[in-house]
Amino acid sequence: MSNAVIKKTLISLAVAGAVTMAHADVVIGVAGPHTGAYAAFGEQLWKGAEKAAADINAAGGLNGEMIKLIKADDACEPKQAVSIANRLVDSDGALAVVGHFCSSSSIPASRIYEEAGVLMVTPASTAPMLTDQGFPNVYRVCGRDDQQGDVAASYIVDTLGAKRVAVIHDKDTYGKGLADAMKSTLNAYGLKEVMYEGLTRGEKDFNAVITKIRSVDADVVYFGGLHSEAGPLVRQLREQGSKAIFMSGDGIVSDEFVSVAGSPEYVEGVLMTFGASPTSYPAGKKVIKEFRDGGYEPEGYTLYSYTAMQVVAAALSNNNLDPVKASEWLKSNSVSTVMGKKDFDEKGDLTVSDYVMYEWDAQGKYHQVN
Amino acid sequence: MDIVLQQLVNGLTLGSVYGLIAIGYTMVYGIIGMINFAHGDVYMVSAYITAIAIALLTFFGIESFPIIIIGTLFLTVAVTGAYGWVIERIAYRPLRNSSRLAVLISAIGMSLILQNYVQLSQGANQQGVPTLLTGAIRFTVGDGFVQITYMKLLILFISLLGMGILTYVIQKTKLGRMCRATQQDRKMASILGIDTDKVISTVFVIGAMMAALAGVLITLDYGAFDFYVGFIIGIKAFTAAVLGGIGSLPGAMLGGLILGLSEALFAGLISSDYKDVFSFSLLVLILIIRPSGLLGKPEVEKV
Repeated sequence: MSNAVIKKTLISLAVAGAVTMAHADVVIGVAGPHTGAYAAFGEQLWKGAEKAAADINAAGGLNGEMIKLIKADDACEPKQAVSIANRLVDSDGALAVVGHFCSSSSIPASRIYEEAGVLMVTPASTAPMLTDQGFPNVYRVCGRDDQQGDVAASYIVDTLGAKRVAVIHDKDTYGKGLADAMKSTLNAYGLKEVMYEGLTRGEKDFNAVITKIRSVDADVVYFGGLHSEAGPLVRQLREQGSKAIFMSGDGIVSDEFVSVAGSPEYVEGVLMTFGASPTSYPAGKKVIKEFRDGGYEPEGYTLYSYTAMQVVAAALSNNNLDPVKASEWLKSNSVSTVMGKKDFDEKGDLTVSDYVMYEWDAQGKYHQVN
Repeated sequence: MDIVLQQLVNGLTLGSVYGLIAIGYTMVYGIIGMINFAHGDVYMVSAYITAIAIALLTFFGIESFPIIIIGTLFLTVAVTGAYGWVIERIAYRPLRNSSRLAVLISAIGMSLILQNYVQLSQGANQQGVPTLLTGAIRFTVGDGFVQITYMKLLILFISLLGMGILTYVIQKTKLGRMCRATQQDRKMASILGIDTDKVISTVFVIGAMMAALAGVLITLDYGAFDFYVGFIIGIKAFTAAVLGGIGSLPGAMLGGLILGLSEALFAGLISSDYKDVFSFSLLVLILIIRPSGLLGKPEVEKV
C-alpha cells in the first residue's frame, strides 16, 4: 500500500469518526437484573431511568445531546455483571452507568468502570464495601447497610423492647452484609442475638431453620436477604405457629413479596427499613403522578433510579460530558433531584441517610411507621 | 425433645418429595443407563402447570378444596406426562444409538431449553399461588409442641400412595414386567417381542408424572416458585437416587428419605449454613463404602 493510499484511508477514517461523534448520543447503561429471580427490581430500575432520560431529553438533553439508554442484564450474577460491564465500557462506549442492583454485582463491576473512568451511580446497592473500596467514580443514591442496620437495631431495642432476636441471612453479599451490620449495632446496644444462621438461596423449604427459631423462642426474627426467600420464610414461620415479629431490609420492597408469601395475611405486621417516601418531596410528587398517569406504580427503587439518572445527567452536563471530571465534580457539588437535594461525601455515599421503618398491612401494602 | 420430633416431621415430608422426584432419575438410568438432567426442570414445569390448573378450576367457579386438589393433580400429572413423552421424542430417541455422552449433553441442553422457554413465556418473576389448605394437628410434647400441617399430611399421604402404586405397577403388571425385562437386557427383550422404544417412552412419562406429583404438592405447600426452582431440587433428588442406589426404585425412596431427614436434623440441631455440605459429604462417604449406593446392585459386565 502506498503512502497516499494510507493517508487517504486515515483521512476518511478521521472524517467518519468526526461524523459519528457529531451525531453521537450520550450512551448511559442501565445495569441490573432484567431477567432472573430478581427481575422485578430490574424493571423498577429500568422504568425509573427510562422516564428520567425521557424527561431530560425533552428538556434539551445533556449539552444538546440526547441520552441513549442501554439495558444491560446482569441477572444478579457477579460473573455476568463483569461481562456486561466490559461490554458497556468497550463496545457500547457508555460514559456512565446507572446500576447495578445487587451489591454482589456492583462490587466486581465497579472495578471495570473505575479502570475505564466511567461514572457509576447505583440506585440500590447498599453494601458498605462498594464505596469503601475507595474508587473515585462510584456513587450511590441509597443508604448503606450499616445505616440501615442501625435503624433496625435501634428499633428492635428501643421501640420493640425485644430480648430474643434471631438473625437469619441468605449468605449473599447484600443479605449477609445487612444482617451483620444489624447484628453489630445490636451487640453494641448490649443485646446478644440468640441465633445467627444462613439459608440457601433458591430453596423454598425453610422448615428446619424455623423449627430452630421456635426452639430458641425468638421474639424478633431479623432477615437479611431478598423477598424471594423472605416470602416463604415468613409464611412457614406463621404456619409453624410462631408469632415472632419479622423484620427485614430494603430487599423485600416489592409487591412480589406478598405473592411469594402466599397471601397478604402472612405479611401483615412485617417490618422493613427503607428510604423515606419520595412523596414527601415536592419534586417527587409530580414525577409519581406522571408515572401513575402512564399506568405504572413507581414502587420500590423506581424513583431511586430516576434520582441516579439525574445525578449522572447533572454531573456529565456540568463537566462537558467528561465522566472522569464528572466523578470529581460530584464530590463537591450537590444535585437537586426528585428525592430532594443530594450531597455526597468523599467515598461516594450520601451525607444524609434517610432510612425509616415501614410496616406491611393486611392488604399487602406498606406504610411508614410513625 | 419436641424439636427433634419436629425436625423428623420436617425431614420426612421433605424426603418423601425428594424420593418422588428421584424416581424419575432412577427409572431412566435403570432402563437406558443415562442421567436425565432435564428432570429437575420437568418438575419446575409442573409447578407452572399447577398454578395454571388452579387458575382454570377457580375460573370455572370451583371452590371446594378436595375438587381443586384432585383436579389440579389430574391435570398437572397428565400435562407433565405429555411433556415427558415429547421431551423423550425430541431429545433422547434420535440419539438412542449414540454414545452416552451425546445423550448426556442433549439432556443438559433440554434442561436449558426448558428453563429459558418458561422464563420467556411466563416471565422471570417470582410466582405464587394462594394458600388453599390451612390448619395443623398439634401434639404437646414436654413443654413444647410438635405439629404437622394438613398440607404436610397430604404430601406424605399422596407421595406414599404414588410410590405404592408405582411399586405395584413395576412388580405385578405386564407393563412392569416389560420395564424390568428392558432394563435387564434391551436387545434380548426386543428380540422376544417387547417394543423397547415404547417401554422407554413409558418410563419417561412415568418419571415426569412422579415429578408432577411432587410439583403439585410442593407448589401448594410453599406457594412460591420461579423458572429456576428445578435446579436445586433436581440436584438433591439426583443425589437421593445415587444415595439409594441408582436404578433401584426402593433405593430412590430410601435415598430421598435419608437425604431429607439428614438435612432437617443437621440444619435443626447443628447449623443450616452447612446443611448442604453435610448432605453431600454423607453422599461421598456412602459411595466410598458402597459404590453402587445403599440398595443398588453393582453393574456386572456381561460377557
